Amino acid sequence: MNKPVNTTELQLEDDGPLYAARKKVYPQSVSGTFRRIKWGLMAFCLGVYYLLPFVRWNRGLGAPDQAVLVDLPNSRFYFFFIELWPQEVYYFTGLLIVAAITLFLMNSVGGRIWCGYLCPQTVWTDLFYAVERLIEGDRRDRMRKDAARGTMKLERFAEIVLKHSIWLMIAWWTGGAWVLYFNDAPTLVKQLVTFQAPMLAYIWIAILTATTYLLAGFMREQVCVYMCPWPRIQAALTDEWALNVTYRYDRGEKRTSLKKANELRALGEPVGDCVDCYQCVAVCPTGIDIRNGAQLDCIQCGLCIDACDAVMTKIGRETRLIGYDNDINIQRRQAGTPPVYRIVRPRTVTYLAMIACVGAVMLYALLTRTLLDINVLHDRNPVAVKLSDGSIRNAYTVRLLNKRGFDRVIAIDIDGPVNGTVHVVGADSLTQDRPMIILGRDQTTELRLLVTAPTESNPEKSIPVHFHVTDIGLGEVASATDHFVTP
Amino acid sequence: MTEHNNDFDRVSGKTTTGHEWDGIRELNTPLPRWWVITFYLTIAWAIGYWVVYPAWPLLWSHTTGVLNYSSRADVAVELANLEKIRGDKMVALGAAPLAEIEKDPALLALARARGKTVFGDNCAPCHGSGGAGAKGYPNLNDDDWLWGGSLDQIMQTIQFGARSGHPKAHENTMLAFGKDGILKRDQIVTVANYVRSLSGLPTSPGYDKSAGAKIFADNCVSCHGDNARGNQELGAPDLTDKIWLYGSDEVTLIETITNGRGGVMPAWIGRLDPSTVKALAVYVHSLGGGK
Repeated sequence: MNKPVNTTELQLEDDGPLYAARKKVYPQSVSGTFRRIKWGLMAFCLGVYYLLPFVRWNRGLGAPDQAVLVDLPNSRFYFFFIELWPQEVYYFTGLLIVAAITLFLMNSVGGRIWCGYLCPQTVWTDLFYAVERLIEGDRRDRMRKDAARGTMKLERFAEIVLKHSIWLMIAWWTGGAWVLYFNDAPTLVKQLVTFQAPMLAYIWIAILTATTYLLAGFMREQVCVYMCPWPRIQAALTDEWALNVTYRYDRGEKRTSLKKANELRALGEPVGDCVDCYQCVAVCPTGIDIRNGAQLDCIQCGLCIDACDAVMTKIGRETRLIGYDNDINIQRRQAGTPPVYRIVRPRTVTYLAMIACVGAVMLYALLTRTLLDINVLHDRNPVAVKLSDGSIRNAYTVRLLNKRGFDRVIAIDIDGPVNGTVHVVGADSLTQDRPMIILGRDQTTELRLLVTAPTESNPEKSIPVHFHVTDIGLGEVASATDHFVTP
Repeated sequence: MTEHNNDFDRVSGKTTTGHEWDGIRELNTPLPRWWVITFYLTIAWAIGYWVVYPAWPLLWSHTTGVLNYSSRADVAVELANLEKIRGDKMVALGAAPLAEIEKDPALLALARARGKTVFGDNCAPCHGSGGAGAKGYPNLNDDDWLWGGSLDQIMQTIQFGARSGHPKAHENTMLAFGKDGILKRDQIVTVANYVRSLSGLPTSPGYDKSAGAKIFADNCVSCHGDNARGNQELGAPDLTDKIWLYGSDEVTLIETITNGRGGVMPAWIGRLDPSTVKALAVYVHSLGGGK
């Protein structure tokens, strides 16, 4: 039983929530090599994303002239000179495999550099930070303004409204660009503006506007740290040679203030280059201290390198106290041996070979893919029909595919049962004994095909039958095999 | 609840809720705020739902909600839409001449698709889902037709049926030669063997071919014809081919001759609309047996 106690006697633990609340990160602006690379890649990625739907590609009359188009109603995917049909989705599988191995390769060379430079989450968050910085000021201003939350002035309120408006505009553009990949972009833009676009377009824009706004504006580094599986997978794939953003503690320790360091140095005492300025922490978009070593939260963006380099330059010391490096080199340097950077090694070569291999297979498949195709399905009920003269007939459902952009005249031949004849329902008027049909451009046609053969010349129960379809004009042939069954 | 001095747990050093059951107290571990907010939002959502959608049962009815939403109405709209979509195409099918439909790939595909569904719903019980038939129910895939296998004839049969009672239906029934006393038992056996011989089937030893031919000539040629090739005007089957609706063995033939035959097919004209009948005719014709 609990007796009344004096609370001051007890070492009370925090009664608050069960988890630590998020500490808001206020990344400071920084300039330098890696920041410039990031700006460049951001401009490139966003440029491609926002403008690609407007690139035109002439495919002839009646075909869409958008370079990259996912045509869902007609089940076609257009990518410049490539047109894919639904049954060719394995190209996307191949693309995903290449993407995955590329990610592994990037990881084995430079750790989580995908995260730091190219991941959409990073790119949009970076852009949102830029907007925030432009309106609310840099790190200190933003921290001060957030701390003074209770005493908000009109000016501050206007700032907040402006920031969120611009964020929403960017998010809206992001969602808007997305739907343009699914319909003719100029037409859709016109429809969107005049409120004539399909409801689905508005719904998708709304969804993607909301997700962009939430993920890039509010979730930010939490996506990278808590939501994204890649850091966990990456940790299992990385090795000791991967170049991760590394604080070179061999050079930095012992860290101390600039003034004290100078004093100690004058006395000839050992002292490191790190002056504990915390610039690397201030600029970090995930709010970590890189000097604690490699850690899950680090997205390898290199902004701390820029920040540290600026300080090192200012205090007249060598740059790259933080750099893309690994523990092996730190240990080598400590042992007095020169560092080794080994990008070409079994792991990277293997990944590269795998990419080349899958790429080659895909290229081969793409170059040799047929533009005329035939699928045959044997009737199951009835499997075979006895005719009044005693001969046997089998019926097949045949689907012909014409992936070319023009109509074609197709002749159908069979090769199988002795004295077998072929008849296509609805197509008998063109030629005797060799049915011919007109196959519309970029479409499939289903035919009912009847093969008849006398029983006496075909005593076997099951005879392989080959169907050949020939483009009369081009001579292109496609074949399929099924069976002719006697009862 | 700091006024309750005993709301502390000595062991964990945390506050408790002050609730006690048999000496066990509950630690004060509040829910995360997001959880609580979500909880209140669901309550707000539910109340909004009551207002907007049908929700509460009343004695004889229910609250309708401000949207006046009804899933029944949704279904009605969907069905109307379906009719509309189907309507335009089916009108085109209804307007096209029967002979032209098979030559137009789009119309043929539509007729076959529509025909297949309707066939499955209405014809499959007798003719089988693929039209393969069964004993007494003709196989629609072969080339042997009792009442004719041209498009027009098939359509005619579907519309009015056979022996269906419709004034335009195919009539004419095979006489029950045995039951009605027209032929004697041994005559029936003889003519049954004769019929088997017509399509090259073996006959019983000792059967009198000339007697069989005579009985056939006297009783059967009026419908089945001099050469026993049948007559589609009368629905009389060809007895010389390899297809037998009821079976070709001696016993079956004796039964057929003794009791006669007269399969019934219902008339579909009142049950299916004209363009659907048309689609069905094209489908059956395209099964492969059509002339």
